[in-house]
Order: sequence, then C-alpha cells, then structure tokens
Amino acid sequence: MLGLGIDSGSTVTKGALFDGEKVVRRLMIPTKSNPKKSIRLVYDSLISDDVGFAVSTGYGRALLEKAGKQVTEITCHAKGASFLCPEARTVIDIGGQDCKAIKLDQMGSVSDFIMNDKCAAGTGRFVEIMLKALELESGDLDDAVLNASPVSITSMCAVFAESEMISLLASGEREQDIAAGIVHSICRRTAVFASKLNPEGPVFFSGGLAGYNCFRSFLEKYVGLKTVVHEDSQFAGAIGASIIAYSCLMKG
Amino acid sequence: MKIITDLPSVFEEFAEARKNSFLSVKRIKDEGKPVIGVYCGYFPMEIAMAAGAVVVGICSMSDETVGDAEKDLPRNLCPLIKSSYGFAKTDKCPFFYFSDLVVGETTCDGKKKMYEHLGGIKPVYVMQLPNSQDDSGYALWKSELFRFKDYIENMFGVRVSDENLKKQISLKNRERQALKRLSYLMALDPAPISGENLFNLLYGSTFKFDKEAVISEIEAVIEKIMRDYESGINVGKKPRIIITGCPIGGATLKVLRAVESKGGCVVAFENCSGMKNIDNMTDESDPDMYGALAKRYLDIGCSCMSPNPNRYELLGRMIDEFHADGVIDMTLVACHTYNVEAFGIKRFCLEEKHVPYMHMETDYSQSDIGQLETRAAAFIEML
Ligand code: SF4
Ligand code: SF4
Repeated sequence: MLGLGIDSGSTVTKGALFDGEKVVRRLMIPTKSNPKKSIRLVYDSLISDDVGFAVSTGYGRALLEKAGKQVTEITCHAKGASFLCPEARTVIDIGGQDCKAIKLDQMGSVSDFIMNDKCAAGTGRFVEIMLKALELESGDLDDAVLNASPVSITSMCAVFAESEMISLLASGEREQDIAAGIVHSICRRTAVFASKLNPEGPVFFSGGLAGYNCFRSFLEKYVGLKTVVHEDSQFAGAIGASIIAYSCLMKG
Repeated sequence: MKIITDLPSVFEEFAEARKNSFLSVKRIKDEGKPVIGVYCGYFPMEIAMAAGAVVVGICSMSDETVGDAEKDLPRNLCPLIKSSYGFAKTDKCPFFYFSDLVVGETTCDGKKKMYEHLGGIKPVYVMQLPNSQDDSGYALWKSELFRFKDYIENMFGVRVSDENLKKQISLKNRERQALKRLSYLMALDPAPISGENLFNLLYGSTFKFDKEAVISEIEAVIEKIMRDYESGINVGKKPRIIITGCPIGGATLKVLRAVESKGGCVVAFENCSGMKNIDNMTDESDPDMYGALAKRYLDIGCSCMSPNPNRYELLGRMIDEFHADGVIDMTLVACHTYNVEAFGIKRFCLEEKHVPYMHMETDYSQSDIGQLETRAAAFIEML
C-alpha cells in the first residue's frame, strides 16, 4: 500500500507516493491561477488502487475534498526534511510566497518554528521578479552570480526592489552584480529571520530556491551552519505528507 | 433569581451581556447614579462602587473605529489604543456616551498620551500609576487612590465611607473568588467547557452591574457545569493551551477561535480578560483599607511594570495547575511592553517550565486569520 502526499504551494503543486521505505513517485506542476485544479490534477495522476490514504498540505490544503487529512506545511516539511536528511536539526524553507524555519529535536519532530507569510520579500516570487527585470534565465543564475561583485540592494520589498533594479541597470550596473546583490540580501535576510530560533546544524534547505547552488552557499555563509540540500528538496513538503499518509494507513 | 435551564443558553446570555447592558446602563443613568467608564485592570473598582457609581468597560476591541482614530493618531500604534480613541471620537461606544467620567491610568506610553487627547472629548481623570512594585510604588499608588476618592467625592457630591468601602472590598473579593472557581473548573482534564465559553462567562460578567446577582449566577453555572461533567459531558481530550499576553476579546477572539477550531482547547487566560483580574484578592484583614487596595491592584503582573515578576509567577502557577500542553503569547502589534516581554516569557516557558511556547502578534484586522489558523494548527500538531 502507498501513502499519497500533496503539497499545494503558491507557485507549484507537488505530489509524492511513499511505500513505507522510499518515495516511489513524485510529480510537480505549476499552481498557476487555479490551485484547486492543480491539486486535483496531481491527485488524479497519482491516485490508484494501491493508495490507501492521502494527506494534503500547503496553503491550498483545504481545497482537496478527497484528502483523508490536512496537515500543516510545518509538520510536513519537518517530516520530509528528516526523511531526506535524518541528521538535520533545522529546516529553512523558502517557498513561492513565504518563508519558514523549523527546529527539529533529536527524533526529527518539530520543537519550534517561525513563519513569515506576510509579504513576498525574499521569497521565490521575489526571485522571479528579479530574473524577469534582469532578463536572466533561471538556469543561468548560478553562473551569473559566481564571479560577480554584488551591489548593495536597499529595498527588500518586491514592489520597490523592481524599480530599484531598473534604476541600477540604468545607472550602468551589470546584471550579474545586481543579481548577486539580491541573492546576498535574500540570504542575509533569511538568516536573520532564522536566527530567532537559535538554529543548530546541519540546516536542511528546501523550497524552490534550494535548487540554486548560490542560494545554498550564501545561506550557509550567513547562517554560519552547515547547510545541505537534496535533489528532492522541493518535494520535502509532499514527501512529508506522503509519509504521514502512510503512517495513518498503518494505524488503520 | 432565575433558574438556569441549560448551559448553552447561559453561555449565549453571557455572550450577549455587553449588548444587553446598553439599556441597563441607560436605566442606571436615568436613576441618577453616576457612571464611570474605564479601560484597564488597574482601576480600583471598590472605591467607585463605594461612591455609588457603576463602572463599565469602554469599547476598545474592534477595528471598526481604528480608521477614524488614524486620522489623529499614528498608524503604528497599538490597536487597543486606536480603537479606544476611535470609539470615543466617533461617539460609537454607548458606554463612553453614558459615562460621566472616564478614568485612565498611566500604564503604557501610548495610552497615557492618548488620554491627553481624550480629555478634549469627555472629562478624563488620569491616575498616576507607578511602574514598579516596591515600597515607594505602593505608597504612591495608595496616595493616588486617596486622590481619586477625593475627586469623585467632589465630583458626584457623595462620601466614600470606610464602612461602605469595606463592604465593597468584600463584595468584589467574593465576585473574584466565584470567577476564579469557575476558571479553575478548566483544570479538569478533559476540560468541561470550551475556552470560548469560559471567555464569554468571564467577559460577560463584567457587563452585569448587580454584583450579588453575578455571584449567584456564576455559582449556579459552576454547579451546572459540574453536574454535566459528572454525567460525562466535556470537550474531549484535547491539547490544553494557555493564552497569555495582551487583553483578548472582540477582534482578537480570532486567536482563541483559531486554536479551538484546529483541535486545541484554551483552558485559561493569563491576561486581563482572565486570571490577571481575578487571581489576587484584597486583604480584608488589613485595617489600612487603602493600603490593602493599593497592594492588590499594583501587584497585577502587567508588562507596564518593570520588572514584572508577578506575571512569571502567575503564569508558572497556571501552567502547573491547568496542566498546560502549550502557551500562546498573544500580543498586539506595536505594544512594546508585551512584545519585548515576549522574549522573557518564551525563555521562561521553554527553559524553566519545559512547555512549548508560541508568540502570535496580531492586530484587530481580520486579514491574518488564515495565517493564524495555520500557525495554531502547526503548534497543536507539534504538541
Ligand atoms: S494589560 Fe496592563 S495596561 Fe492592559 S488592561 Fe491589563 S493591566 Fe491595564
Ligand atoms: S496592549 Fe500594550 S500598548 Fe496596547 S494599551 Fe495595552 S499595554 Fe498599551
């Protein structure tokens, strides 16, 4: 039997199937403007007679009527993170529109957490705006930032930063230097946010930005603790949900 | 005395007490009794009652009037202060309207400066509250109690006799004891009633002006709750949460509801809507009545006190006695004293009491309900 987990995020909806030992399938589609449709689509693609229980999480978690249970993204990310990286003591997740930091105890359970979902500053959405304003491809960001000399960015508000980027470009700054400046300030800001929890290492970094090497390494620098990612980092919430679904199944 | 038929209708009746008391305040006023409007737990009720006045809490918990207040006051001010001022300015609070006198205390900076403006709308009397609980603090507060007594004696042409004051002290103590007994029913596990019902009983009782009647009603409610409990009625086994911090009520009930809708039970309130106001009694054996009152009130563990050991003492005791599984510190945006104290409360909960803690900062808007619910749910999943 399988546990199904679906993480309905603001930009991407992710699904995972867990068989009690490993993740047997994963799926990711853009959420677009219709989270309800996306969550249904992921559900329909992954559901089968083998699936005994489904757990939904993420900000659209209430939109799936067929979910056996809704669990918050805090609990699911923590579960997913300690599955992917059992030694992790802190999780930092930067999602499309929010940011969270979770502290884990020795058993991998949540012992404390903080969330920031009041504004898009420093989130995936912010990075999207940046890439667009600087006309950079997401796949080129790591290379662009590698040897750049970061300019200092004063505004972290997604709305103001866009106009700041444009005026920096107008004043002759290079795209890669502006991009590096932004990556630095997002990481610095995230580290300050997470410091409220007195984080311990290793830190498991998840969410869309974990796919960029530059974010991982600058975050590590500002947090001051070993920071690791996993190729499935972006699926951490869905994987956590599928593991919870599986244990609900086992409990009957 | 009317007979209680069933608890839900009693809860309902207490929940409506504030609205229903608009008329009773008017009647009281028509009878020629003075009405005093107040905002804070430090107000010495007994002295006002001994002067024959009726005391009522002025509206301060809704965002309805925040916009109007922001025309005169800064936006980044505590919503309780903005709401209070807005209600007064727009004359939307019937209690403010009927008050002959409004009394404030120099608690936090925002409030005391706001009172200066309020004075332009209504007669406002400000009591100078010291901010430390030491000998000089008690002495100052005692002299402030005398000054207040003289003031209302003059204003209302009455005399506050020692004999009457003694009676009111004992009456108020009995009321606090009844409310405290009620609150302590929640120490039972599983809890007998929801936190929202407890809140409505506590809050509603402040809008019932016949204190003897309140005491008998509460006694009857206690008896009824216990009878139901013994026959197996309760809220079920749930994570037990204590809410501490700024006063809760009106718009901020969203925090309580977020906790209870996500499977928790709020078993107690360590704030001015709950235990802070009913935990300690005035010492009736003290012949120095004003001294005893000064001590009773100044000992309230509000974050305006520096240091504020009594809050830690009370919260610690409540965590033990109510078998709390978690503490939620609800503070209002821009309330510096409670927001700064939150760090100390967090450490106290985690390091000394070993009970999970979460800080929830909020205001009177309803826009953060989704976020509060997610945080409450995650906190409860963690317990
Ligand atoms: S929290 Fe402090 S200032 Fe506010 S009502 Fe209570 S005693 Fe007064
Ligand atoms: S909540 Fe804080 S800032 Fe607001 S009135 Fe009370 S003590 Fe003052």
